[in-house]
Amino acid sequence: MSLQVFTFLLAGVIVVSGAIGVVLSKNPVHAALFLIQTLFGVAVEFLVVEAHFLAAIQVIVYAGAIVILFLFVIMLLGVDRAEDMRVEPIIGQRPAAIVTGGALLGLLLAVIASSDSLTGGRSQKGALDATDQLGAPLPNVNQLAESIFTDYVFAFEVTGLLLTVAVVGAVVMARRIPGALQPLPRTALDASREAAAEAALSEAAEDAADDGVDVDSAGEV
Amino acid sequence: MGELTHNYYLVLGAVVFSIGAVGLLVRRNPLVMFMCVELMLNAVNLTFVGLAWGLNDIGGQVAVFFVMVVAAAEVVVGLAIVVAIMRRRDGATSDDLSALRG
Repeated sequence: MSLQVFTFLLAGVIVVSGAIGVVLSKNPVHAALFLIQTLFGVAVEFLVVEAHFLAAIQVIVYAGAIVILFLFVIMLLGVDRAEDMRVEPIIGQRPAAIVTGGALLGLLLAVIASSDSLTGGRSQKGALDATDQLGAPLPNVNQLAESIFTDYVFAFEVTGLLLTVAVVGAVVMARRIPGALQPLPRTALDASREAAAEAALSEAAEDAADDGVDVDSAGEV
Repeated sequence: MGELTHNYYLVLGAVVFSIGAVGLLVRRNPLVMFMCVELMLNAVNLTFVGLAWGLNDIGGQVAVFFVMVVAAAEVVVGLAIVVAIMRRRDGATSDDLSALRG
């Protein structure tokens, strides 16, 4: 087993265990920490195939910015309480989801197994093993920069526009609107919750009546 | 085992993508659902980088660059929506958010 394969498998275990942790951890903060584990593993996988620049921005943008944003929102909103995984809102949805995921995995693996070689046209420029005039290998960052600022320069400019729109949209949506907030319309779920609460209340009242205690006077005491 | 091929990356990407898809369907917390979307995007990035290496072409890495930018924009807007919803009501599982009307 070559060193490349060994590093790939080691990082692969980190990536997959982190991904499973994201799905299974009850607390959103723990899920975010498992996500960081996965993202660092992916950065290592990038390094194995010499995508140095992508490995760097994987750590800086994903682990350094996106997950921190997640943690900020989790702590800002106080939603870090554990989700009860035993409650199943739609009967049979969870097993169906797992079957669907397994079928998707089987399908993808079948496609990979049945494709024996890489086909398709290659771009005319931008080979990863390109060299400069003196025959020295070009660094990955230089190659990526040359490709982005020549072949993909329009897409790069549109990217700048996209980021501007996203930032403006986030500020507009998250800002505090003056005046009282309108409550969101009631949903069927709210109605069922209120009905359940009322049923529990009337049940308690009946129990109290059975015991010979007046509910109203008990409340006043 | 032998030498590393691009197929290793495709298999790892398929596994992570499936885990992310199951998580997206199973979990109720919108923040955790976003994290599962990030997992799926990272799985696709893995296949892009693996194929760029297999085909000896920088184009796959450029695609990953743009995917990362779009993922960052998506997270910013999505989390702003979650914050806006949580300002108005307590508890925002995906079951609570069946009404789109503001």
